[in-house]
Amino acid sequence: MTHDADTHHEPSSFWTRYVWSQDHKVIAIQYTLTAIAIGLVGLVLSNLMRLQLGFPGRFDFIDAAAYYQYVTMHGMIMVIYLLTALLLGGFGNYLIPLMVGARDMVFPYLNMLSFWVYLLAVLVLVASFFVPGGPTGAGWTLYPPQAILPGTPGTDWGIVLMLASLVIFIVAATMGGLNYVTTVLQARTRGMTLMRMPLTVWGIFTASVLALLAFPALFVAGMMMLLDKLAGTSFFMPAIVSMGRELGHEGGSPLLFQHLFWFFGHPEVYIVALPAFGIVSDLISTHARKNIFGYRMMVWAIVAIGGLSFVVWAHHMYVSGMNPYFGYFFATTTLIIAVPTAIKVYNWVLTLWRGNIHLTVPMLFAIGFICSFVLGGITGLFLGNVSVDIPLSDTYFVVAHFHMVMGVAPILAIFGGIYHWYPKVTGRMLDERLGRLHFWVTFLGTYAIYFPMHYLGFLGMPRRYYSFEDYAFIPDSAQDLNAFITVCALVVAAFQFLFLFNLVWSAFRGKPAESNPWGATTLEWQTPETPPRHGNWGEALPVVHRWAYDYSVPGAKRDFIPQTEPHEGAPPGTDEALAEARP
Amino acid sequence: MNLFATLADKPWLAQPAPPPDEAARRMPAARVGVLWLLASLTALFSLFAVAFLIRAQLPDWEALAGGAGRPLASLAPLWVNTAWLATASVTLQAASLFARRGRSGALRAALAAGALSALAFLAGQALVWQQLIAQGHFIATNPSASFFYLLTALHGAHLAGGLVAWVHVARRAWRPAADARLALGVALCALYWHFLLAVWLFVFALLAAEPATLVWLAEICGLR
Ligand code: HEM
Ligand SMILES: [Cu+2]
Repeated sequence: MTHDADTHHEPSSFWTRYVWSQDHKVIAIQYTLTAIAIGLVGLVLSNLMRLQLGFPGRFDFIDAAAYYQYVTMHGMIMVIYLLTALLLGGFGNYLIPLMVGARDMVFPYLNMLSFWVYLLAVLVLVASFFVPGGPTGAGWTLYPPQAILPGTPGTDWGIVLMLASLVIFIVAATMGGLNYVTTVLQARTRGMTLMRMPLTVWGIFTASVLALLAFPALFVAGMMMLLDKLAGTSFFMPAIVSMGRELGHEGGSPLLFQHLFWFFGHPEVYIVALPAFGIVSDLISTHARKNIFGYRMMVWAIVAIGGLSFVVWAHHMYVSGMNPYFGYFFATTTLIIAVPTAIKVYNWVLTLWRGNIHLTVPMLFAIGFICSFVLGGITGLFLGNVSVDIPLSDTYFVVAHFHMVMGVAPILAIFGGIYHWYPKVTGRMLDERLGRLHFWVTFLGTYAIYFPMHYLGFLGMPRRYYSFEDYAFIPDSAQDLNAFITVCALVVAAFQFLFLFNLVWSAFRGKPAESNPWGATTLEWQTPETPPRHGNWGEALPVVHRWAYDYSVPGAKRDFIPQTEPHEGAPPGTDEALAEARP
Repeated sequence: MNLFATLADKPWLAQPAPPPDEAARRMPAARVGVLWLLASLTALFSLFAVAFLIRAQLPDWEALAGGAGRPLASLAPLWVNTAWLATASVTLQAASLFARRGRSGALRAALAAGALSALAFLAGQALVWQQLIAQGHFIATNPSASFFYLLTALHGAHLAGGLVAWVHVARRAWRPAADARLALGVALCALYWHFLLAVWLFVFALLAAEPATLVWLAEICGLR
């Protein structure tokens, strides 16, 4: 792909450079900032819920309806509008072209469109806070029939805006996904074979494929539910008497919605997890100055997890009344998918083993990710078994499980990634002391929040309940625990503002960064300028001679060898011949 | 590219030199992008088909076709529309051929014919909608009707999206200067049209299927 050096004209006006930008780096920043902004809304909502749970009845404005709205919007915002958008639209956009040695995404215009459509989806979602009746309170799973029946908050406008926003988001994600997948496949620079790609790219690439194939299920479910709501059809709605009145619906299948939703919903977990896996692999290898243990196995595991994630969905439906024999199948596949996942964990640990571990802030977050992910993964194995899941289903045990595995763990990976790549994006380092403080409070704080929830789950405390007064089986001491959790949640949330402060402050006042402050091998650290300019590579594209993990190679001058450096004394006929071909 | 051979690479060793024209030998990015789009749309319409089959097994389902008084008692209008869409597909394929041969006059004619037949198809579908509405079969009358409106609308919307792409390609085709990427654009338009024709045939078959066929299909797919 050397041909296009001259087709990339640098945009000249402020508007085309920063607003209607087609540069992947600017779009990545736009995606990231938008996702962080809406993520803050999700964070505030979680604290409001915690206030009610910790100090029930003290806050007049949180009534039961408001609580349900917070639960729903919090869940949806965190999973879709924060994590998916930030990992694919933010990290994917920034890193893919730089890591594979391309000048930009292959379809820059589509890329720009993807961001603006995403922004529209976010605005539609936010609008639902201001419409009559407020946002929907159906739970993030939006199960019919209750999602569109009176009695659930936000059934007039809220649910319609939610579904519309999701449909718009899917359009944006598809436009983005086509770009990420095609860029990885077609725009790699010379010598960058697929198996020389850093694992971050593998993770984001596979997640994008999953997004292209799984989001359609949410689209189907969303469209049909919109029609059930607006046009009175009965795709999902059974015959029903609501508030003493017989509704026009007849014969629909709520279970069909659940199947469609989780056919999307489970791959969605891996859309979030795979990029995090990739990022963490690269952080660990770089900051332990050691090649990643079992690179091929890591790639195979990513691909295998991607494939298997399409055949486990009904483990979310053990108590739904589906054919009970399905349970055998889905419990089995769920346990099988744990194997490649466990392989990844072993390989991270073995990479750390006898590594030259630098406890930098990104490394702290990467290790924090492993701890949280293992904890959440193990409780997932419990829940994957039908007989264990049935009593624990819809309790705080589940809340603890999925927050650890797909809430906290990916967030820690994202933080690690931001601390790691911030110097490349801005040319300045994030403040180290604030970073450490942010890490320890976030890491220990989330444990303080979620560890006790496992216990509350065993007590039988049900999830999605507004208040827990007068349940004989829940001891009073549970209330003290809940108050403790709430205090921790408030502290953790407050410290995220410290992180935001660090982001803004360091952009102007941070210590100037060298072009490769961590001594990393991958291409993005070898750009001629930091931050990289439009077109990324100046005159000539880089040529790749080796994989991404040559750390601490015996006999080498430094403890890392960039991917652009030829092998010495390599056998004839290998791509070292390319070294001469370099202009 | 053999996927398994690729995945078995040992990247930590020095590797054989890639051919110098490596990049040039790759498929054009636009084609790869369109193929992935089609993969995603295949997932979309397949999932609709599964939902259709599952819903069709429930007791309140009334088949659309197969008998007087049914909404699609006569399939003739839909067959006419099918013919229009097939014409669009064929003419665009011809346009792709003309583009490769550099025959710009024939190319423009074929492109125009392709778009006009597509518009005729859309108009024909709208006409069928009108007939159903006139007979009192509304979107909520029966789930089969709901699926009819939903699937035809969605398919039509994708065709309309294709027409936007068509406008892009046509603008280049009507420019006098030679354009190296024109042939690729026309070929991709044609490919997209073939895909939508296939989707339509599939949707049409589902919508027009007899109840017994649907039962049989559901049994094969393990949905019953
Ligand atoms: C400090 C951070 C967070 C706190 C304190 C928090 C707290 C909560 C609380 C209290 C609930 C409702 C429990 C219930 O009543 O059932 C909840 C639900 C949920 N949270 Fe979080 N959360 C946080 C971060 C996240 C993140 C990062 C994610 C991303 C995946 C996430 C995803 C969800 C989901 C999917 C639900 C379920 C919503 C539903 O039941 O419909 N949360 N969270
Ligand atoms: Cu799952």
